[in-house]
Amino acid sequence: MYQILKKRTLNANTKLMVIDAPHVARKAEPGQFIILRVSENGERIPLTIAAYDRKKGTVTIIFQEVGATTMALGELNEGEYVRDFVGPLGIASELDGLKKVAVVGGGLGCAIAYPQAKKLHDMGCEVDLIAGFRNKDIIILEEEMRAASTNLYIVTDDGSNGRKALVTDVLKELIEAGNQYDEVIAIGPMIMMKFVAETTRPHGIKTVVSMNTIMVDGTGMCGCCRLTVGGETKFACVDGPDFDGHLVDFDSSMRRAAMYKAQEKAAVERHQCNLMKQEVK
Amino acid sequence: MANMIPTKMPMPTQDPDVRNKNFDEVALGYTPEQAMEEATRCLNCKHKPCISGCPVQVQIPEFIQLVAEGKFLEAADKIKETSSLPAVCGRVCPQETQCEMVCVRGIKGESVAIGRLERFVADYAREHGEEKTEKPVPNGHKCAVVGAGPAGLTCAGDLARLGYDVTVFEALHIAGGVLMYGIPEFRLPKEIVQKEIETLEALGVKFVLNFVVGRSETIDELFEDGYEAVFIASGAGLPTFMGIPGENASGVYSANEYLTRINLMQAYHKDADTPIFRAHKIAVVGGGNVAMDAARSAKRMGADEVYIIYRRSEKELPARLEEIDHAKEEGIIFKFLTAPLEVVTDEDFNVTGLKCQQMELGEPDESGRRRPVPVPGSDFVIDLDCVIAAIGTTPNPLIRQTTPGLETNRKGCIVADDENGITSKEGVFAGGDAVTGAATVILAMGAGKRAAVAMDNYLKNKH
Repeated sequence: MYQILKKRTLNANTKLMVIDAPHVARKAEPGQFIILRVSENGERIPLTIAAYDRKKGTVTIIFQEVGATTMALGELNEGEYVRDFVGPLGIASELDGLKKVAVVGGGLGCAIAYPQAKKLHDMGCEVDLIAGFRNKDIIILEEEMRAASTNLYIVTDDGSNGRKALVTDVLKELIEAGNQYDEVIAIGPMIMMKFVAETTRPHGIKTVVSMNTIMVDGTGMCGCCRLTVGGETKFACVDGPDFDGHLVDFDSSMRRAAMYKAQEKAAVERHQCNLMKQEVK
Repeated sequence: MANMIPTKMPMPTQDPDVRNKNFDEVALGYTPEQAMEEATRCLNCKHKPCISGCPVQVQIPEFIQLVAEGKFLEAADKIKETSSLPAVCGRVCPQETQCEMVCVRGIKGESVAIGRLERFVADYAREHGEEKTEKPVPNGHKCAVVGAGPAGLTCAGDLARLGYDVTVFEALHIAGGVLMYGIPEFRLPKEIVQKEIETLEALGVKFVLNFVVGRSETIDELFEDGYEAVFIASGAGLPTFMGIPGENASGVYSANEYLTRINLMQAYHKDADTPIFRAHKIAVVGGGNVAMDAARSAKRMGADEVYIIYRRSEKELPARLEEIDHAKEEGIIFKFLTAPLEVVTDEDFNVTGLKCQQMELGEPDESGRRRPVPVPGSDFVIDLDCVIAAIGTTPNPLIRQTTPGLETNRKGCIVADDENGITSKEGVFAGGDAVTGAATVILAMGAGKRAAVAMDNYLKNKH
């Protein structure tokens, strides 16, 4: 059992939790993830490590309540426990030697991009952080991102926070303005990562994407997380989650990610129904 | 005088048309009377060929004599002298290629039903015996076991009996390895596996779950933590896919994933959160036990048509005979001499079929089996909505990548001596699928057993 030491609401359906998990904290690096189960008989879900504190033995996760499992997780309070918490899993992002990087985060992906930006910034790397959200109400981690970047560009789909633009518009401008990036790191919805990769492709800028595929065990046993990279089958859990964005077949990955949509919707309804029953009692 | 009936006492089973709709155990087990009668078929041969056919050298004639005398608890103790998991082995061992293959009764008629008797004895002891596990006297030395599957559990049990302080590190949230995530409930009830694990805990074995050696900690760090010897039994690893177009489509599973969702994550319970694709027509590619398990599980999940696609002929099927027979009885359709060419998909990348070609048997290959060769112009498509690849695995790279000095072979398997599990790295032993590639539960157990002896010798010589 792993205790929830801190819980913070970041926006209407996004929460942050600090979990007591010394085994994970001791080895965690940016780019890695954990797998958790909220309760006995629950689903195993992967979540990217948003932060870690080796001294305190804690790991921070940030999640959106979109499925039955994340909703159940969101209902837990400080002092309560999650059943299982395993990690760190996956290969850490390779950040050594980078001097100037554009980090692109989309929505919840900003929470995942943040530790990379922070580590790069701490290393003395110049970081242009481009964060995209649907509207101003769901902007998360603005202060943290500002502190972890040289320049922060926040854009929204509806223009409710100053600039109405896509992250790719900003990236394109920055590249065309003559910024020479060693690497572009894109983390967010697959569709966003696909278009970031398309934006950098003509400029030949190395682009690393973090593939948030469906997983079960997350340790290299089931093969559920496989994707096509440069024509080869790769496993996000042990070969990734970072891959060369110019080689990933995003279209097939997006279709695989949608495989359980109907069942996930049913699980959410069942979950909400159970909650209502509890409230009636 | 031995009972000279030429055939085994039949195993009572659930009716095929009933059981292919539930996940309850197929075989129901012998009654005490049936077991005693079957036990009288044993000739108690002087040269005991059956024992040499057993990877863990169960004292077979001795336990069978005890069964014949109705001394079931004593029979269980006899088996437990050499086997850590008798209730498991009685159910999943390929007896027909091991102990029963060399049984003298098999020369004229059927062998003694050794596996069924082992199962009976283990079940009887579980239900009627008193827990009298005595904690061995500690010898003050610490050993680590990586992976709580059959090899790891066996090694841990044997080391604990020798007085070692044993900790088993398991990546998943529950111990048991393939016994929990792979082999289905209807063949090996999970309660039985957990009971065997409780027995190990009573012996003093500690289990650390949710701990991925190679990530949470490396092998070298285990030594820094004070473990003096390490047994790596991390299992088979990543599933192999077919290498054909369309295999990453929605609706294509590895057998590992399909079975994990059903067994470990209990997707067969209607209120489980773990989703699984409820397919109508499923093809399982492969002919081993895992393929049979996947096919029979698919049938139970409600599929109307389930095919086994196998590129050789029936004779070469590597699965246990009983699994093949059960699969046939349950309505699984076998397509022999058939090789997959392409997963056919619609524009949304969902599976709509499997394009196959007919094969015929040619000259023998290096395995001694006749090599299947394609029949030109024989392509055909089977309409399907799900394909499951059950064609083996490749070793998990985590430990290989994070353990300097640990030799692995071309395939990525850990190189370890078959006799004792000794690897290229001092104090590190290995066995089971991590060494052999995907094999059987009992072979993994045998490796765990031999490694425990070798680890004991190693540590005794060192101190």
